[in-house]
Amino acid sequence: MAALTPTASATSPAAPPPKEATPAASSVRRRSRPRVWRGAVLVLAGIYFVVPLLASFVFTVHTPGQGVSFEAYTGILSADGFADSLLLSLGLAACTIALSLLLAVPALVAVRLGAPRLGPVVEIVCMLPLVVPPIALVSGITTVLGWGPEYLSTTPLYQTFIVVQNESFPLVLVIAYTVLALPFVYRSLDAGLRAVDIPTLVEAARNCGASMPYVILRVVLPNLRSSLAGASFLTLALVLGEYTIAALLGYQPFAVWIVTISGSQAQTSVAVSLLSLLIAWALLMVLSRAGARAAAGATNPAPGAPTSLSGKE
Amino acid sequence: MSATSTLPGGATGPGPAAAPGAAAPGALVEFRGLRREFGPTVALDGLDLTARPGELLALLGPSGCGKTTALRVLAGFEHPDAGEVLVDGEDITRVPANRRDAGMVFQSYSLFPHLNARDNVAFGLRVRKVSAAERRDRAAELLGLVGLPEHGDRFPHQMSGGQQQRVALARALALRPRVLLLDEPLSALDAKVRLSLREEIRRLQLSLGITTIFVTHDQEEALSMADRVAVLNAGRLEQCAPPAELYERPATAFVAEFVGTMNRLPGQLTDGGRVAVAGVTLPVDGEIPRSPAVEVLIRPENMTATADERGTATVVSASFFGSVTRVLLDLPGGGSVKADVPSRDAGALAPGVRATVRPADRPVLVVPAAAGTGA
Ligand SMILES: Nc1ncnc2c1ncn2[C@@H]1O[C@H](COP(=O)(O)OP(=O)(O)OP(=O)(O)O)[C@@H](O)[C@H]1O
Ligand SMILES: [Mg+2]
Repeated sequence: MAALTPTASATSPAAPPPKEATPAASSVRRRSRPRVWRGAVLVLAGIYFVVPLLASFVFTVHTPGQGVSFEAYTGILSADGFADSLLLSLGLAACTIALSLLLAVPALVAVRLGAPRLGPVVEIVCMLPLVVPPIALVSGITTVLGWGPEYLSTTPLYQTFIVVQNESFPLVLVIAYTVLALPFVYRSLDAGLRAVDIPTLVEAARNCGASMPYVILRVVLPNLRSSLAGASFLTLALVLGEYTIAALLGYQPFAVWIVTISGSQAQTSVAVSLLSLLIAWALLMVLSRAGARAAAGATNPAPGAPTSLSGKE
Repeated sequence: MSATSTLPGGATGPGPAAAPGAAAPGALVEFRGLRREFGPTVALDGLDLTARPGELLALLGPSGCGKTTALRVLAGFEHPDAGEVLVDGEDITRVPANRRDAGMVFQSYSLFPHLNARDNVAFGLRVRKVSAAERRDRAAELLGLVGLPEHGDRFPHQMSGGQQQRVALARALALRPRVLLLDEPLSALDAKVRLSLREEIRRLQLSLGITTIFVTHDQEEALSMADRVAVLNAGRLEQCAPPAELYERPATAFVAEFVGTMNRLPGQLTDGGRVAVAGVTLPVDGEIPRSPAVEVLIRPENMTATADERGTATVVSASFFGSVTRVLLDLPGGGSVKADVPSRDAGALAPGVRATVRPADRPVLVVPAAAGTGA
């Protein structure tokens, strides 16, 4: 489009019939109005997002009366508990991603293939965590975990309770986070499943002699790659930033650690927050790139393919 | 629409194509008493049908008559409530879909979006753990066979609908199946592509000698391509016959009216197995119904219409079809009739003109008068 407009305006002064110039000019004017609005909205949104980030950055590097110093950043790695809490959070995120995908992918694929009428039910169940406040979730969890009458102390149930609360890797958080992540995972996968005609593809693959596990692995999952990436990223971001449940259950993953040190080392805590934001952003970029490359087979025409040229206006 | 011009195997002789799938001889396919219900809907109501080895059998019928369901039962995607499917005498009703040995081309585009044309075609070979080199060769060979030798690297979204269906055809043939199933493979394509592709499918089918079942609701497609056409209605077989026979000697009133265009005229049974209709008496072809009120079925090409001031019919409209012009006329007793007139004689039959219509003197089908049919 941008390439077309100058060409049109370059030829119209030379072209004698003025009738043609008028509609062209008015259409340019009409189009420039939304452009102004777009710019204004963009600037406002930019200010809204960038100003707090800049303020945070200034806060971390500038101490009134002492000038500029990057100590808050250089000190992060050696800060007490930084590595432990970050590793814990990443581990929790990895487990949560694995668990939620393992739960959601087979369920959604099965519903789509075998019982489309159950779709709305599954959707409601998956969206439920959005309306249950984390506080309610925590008090539920504590009640359940606190329930352990003496006579059960030798049973596997009791042992399970103890294992999931293991201080070094609290599986109970993985379970809670999986529940929290479900709505995001569901949305992302559902969009992916809608984009392709899964039942027909499955039948086509079965017709080629493929067994059901082979079909899932070689046909369904590759076509869901970008929505799997999206679901993973959303879950990762959620786990890295989750505070309420972890804090109330008394564990110290990354978000809790940031809040803990903010009392004693305010600058470090803000610096870490900024860094984690940048890291999350970088991960998002990587994942969306990967998603785009995965989708290249499906949507991004290869260079030279005629579809892209005719597709743009 | 002239069905008689394409007698089985007549218009499309064996093509020049190499026959990589020729090793698979055509199989005999039998449906026996197939029944399938979806809740209150009876999709298949005791379907009996046989596809002979190496023939192209078209399943023709109105929408919802169970064509797709029959094909899906054969492919293993649908399980019959009763009845069985036999391939070469072997009951495959309970064989899972991935071990059926029947290649299918779907109505909707069904190529795997994440694979290019070559890998799509080779998908089944990969499932069978055929070596990479052999897969490549075979995919190239099949893509050549369907006329897309240069398109191996294209992804589905980079191909036209016709090209995608060609690749789907190549994919269906990759495993040298005993039966080829085509479920309205051309219905999403534009008329010109459809025409050329159906000729190619026929050519390929003849050169491979593969038993093929082709679902369509386009009668022209069925009549022009198939060795035999099976007309389905409400989950049951009405008639299965070569195109010319189907057209000339329909077994039931449904077939007579579904295939081609048919006039229904009120008639009067007379002695000696004849029927009086539109002022003439004609011999009855086939069964003579017992009911007192009968109707006579006559094709437009077997009706003549001539401009005549004392005639009782009135021309309503005339549609030019090239060599013939189809004239629609109102009859005095209500109802109307269509007559095909050679176009050079049709000039006089302008709308409003009085005319005489007369059936050609040949045997006609007679059916009990349908309730509510005014004609
Ligand atoms: N999965 C299903 N669930 C419920 N009803 C179905 C299902 N599949 C088919 N039917 C019904 O069974 C009948 C036969 O369907 P089928 O798809 O075989 O028709 P068809 O002859 O292929 O029609 P068309 O020409 O429109 O494709 C229809 O009434 C249809 O609504
Ligand atoms: Mg159908």
